[in-house]
Amino acid sequence: MRRRKVKSKTSQSGKIDITSYKSKTKSNIYLEDLQELSADQKKNMLAAGVDPSQKARSGTYIQMDHSVVHSKSLYPGLEVMSTTEALKKYKWLDDYFWKVVSFSADEFTKRAQVQPHHGYFLRALSGVKATYPLQACLFINDNNIIQNVHNIIIAEEGSELEVITGCATASDVKRGLHIGISEFYVKKGARLTFTMIHNWAEDVAVRPRTATLVEEGGTFLSNYICLKPVKTLQMYPKAELVGQGATARYNSILFAHPDSYMDIGSRVILKAEGSKAEIITRAVSAGGDIIARGHLKGEAKNIKAHLECRGLIVTDKGIIHAIPELEASIREVDLSHEAAVGKIARDEIEYLMARGLSQGEAQAAIVRGFLDTSIMGLPDVLQKEVDKAISSCEKEAF
Amino acid sequence: MLKIEDLSISVSDKEVLSDINLEIKKGERLALLGPNGSGKTSLLMAIMGFSNYRIKKGNIIFKGRNINKLSIDERARLGIGIMFQRPPTIRGVKTRQLMELIKGGDFNVDKEAEELTLKKFLDRDVNMDFSGGEIKRSELLQVLASSPELSLFDEPESGVDLENIALVGKVMNRILDKNKDNAALIITHTGYIFDYVEPTKGCILVGGRVHCIGDAKQILQTIKKHGYGWCVTCEGEKLKAKHRSLEK
Repeated sequence: MRRRKVKSKTSQSGKIDITSYKSKTKSNIYLEDLQELSADQKKNMLAAGVDPSQKARSGTYIQMDHSVVHSKSLYPGLEVMSTTEALKKYKWLDDYFWKVVSFSADEFTKRAQVQPHHGYFLRALSGVKATYPLQACLFINDNNIIQNVHNIIIAEEGSELEVITGCATASDVKRGLHIGISEFYVKKGARLTFTMIHNWAEDVAVRPRTATLVEEGGTFLSNYICLKPVKTLQMYPKAELVGQGATARYNSILFAHPDSYMDIGSRVILKAEGSKAEIITRAVSAGGDIIARGHLKGEAKNIKAHLECRGLIVTDKGIIHAIPELEASIREVDLSHEAAVGKIARDEIEYLMARGLSQGEAQAAIVRGFLDTSIMGLPDVLQKEVDKAISSCEKEAF
Repeated sequence: MLKIEDLSISVSDKEVLSDINLEIKKGERLALLGPNGSGKTSLLMAIMGFSNYRIKKGNIIFKGRNINKLSIDERARLGIGIMFQRPPTIRGVKTRQLMELIKGGDFNVDKEAEELTLKKFLDRDVNMDFSGGEIKRSELLQVLASSPELSLFDEPESGVDLENIALVGKVMNRILDKNKDNAALIITHTGYIFDYVEPTKGCILVGGRVHCIGDAKQILQTIKKHGYGWCVTCEGEKLKAKHRSLEK
């Protein structure tokens, strides 16, 4: 019964009428000083991990609707600009466009190709290791618009780059469609930590299309956090490990509020010898539906990859459907997965209630523990952002 | 402080406690003795209000108020605290975080954890891979932090080595001595804990029924000598004797 419900909902929730969104909107002015952002904008950006004060940040890119409102690097060797500007500046960048994401993949990629609205270009030059992360924010400020961005991140050889991207809306935005094409390149021996926090509005539809290419000895860490209500969110980012010893890890923390629908997966294709991958997902349904997918594909010798998905159902309304997939085409591969979905344990809640916590407080504590992010090995500054996002979500959810 | 009147409790439709009548007055420490499966833990869980333990009849009265319908946390906030025998593990929640949630304002978590040799456990998940003795000490730390008026101790000494029994006893006394009116219900198999915490009376639970109320140490000695079966018949003998005297 439940299975069928998921299926029918998938097709229903997957359907978005692109023409029902406005493709034109007024432009927003460029801000030299981020303090000029409105209090509401700042608040919603902060909730997505983007700090307008730029404390502990190496640079910032902010796009509002279809306009770049800020774009600046504060660290030598890190480049921050819009992809439009970067394409003008670097002829070679054409080779990085639509290389790992195919523009003909679906109606959303097609739309983003025909009608692009900038997107960020972030690059760490060879050997550059920044102390603080770069931050990028894709913000929807006008109601009912479509925003098509195309982002590129390049971590050149031997560099180390951390990126926090927060997607958010203004408080009065109710509806919108965000299409985000993201192509990431991790060069030889480089390390990219990419943390994305989504802070959308309840009726916003979101279609990120992301792929990453990791070269020899490179490491790609992707952390995805979506704790706020979202109408429909579907994505299946992919990493291709093409160089020997390349590593990819996807961590996802998903919290589905009532009426939220999330179909989220991570896929790693291990194409080079000795490459490694790990996919870890924690999914909580407080009434919404989550399809948690994962796909590991081993195509080279001596690869090792593991997929882990844990789901927690807090109310009787939501659905968590874990779909782990392992695929190997040669012998010497080590692929494994574990998945567990269960409801919040009554004895744990009552144990905490016996210490004087209300039922809501007890649930919140258990869910928080379940979403424990220390497993992710995040750098401190990112860990703090994630903790903040979880705390603010907790206050609203229980 | 606590009055149990004619209480029957069922767990998934099976009656586990029948017609229980008990009273714990202010400052009293009642030792609850009985063989495995006699319903001792069920009685504690029922007093605390756990959802699996349904009241079929009778009343639980705490500080003059019928608490039959109160939730677990309401009972806890009224002043009942429990030391669990087999608490669940709570993944991802650090013991320190839990302590911060339950403690009163002037409770020094680090100092008290040190006292219970639990300092390094503060940064571990609640009850995760704790040994028997570590669970006892962690439970005591939590009860100590919530300062209950009525403490329910479920086998405080089981699985605890001799050295630590003294420590467990010391902390139990601290909980009880915070206020002269503080009372306790202590489940024990061995009575070892009596070397540190003096019971004011004892009672025996066999087959879900209270069979004898009297001096705790005396009862324990009788059990050690003759076993629980004897206690049940002893009760019967006493009743017969009572009937005989009435007949006369």
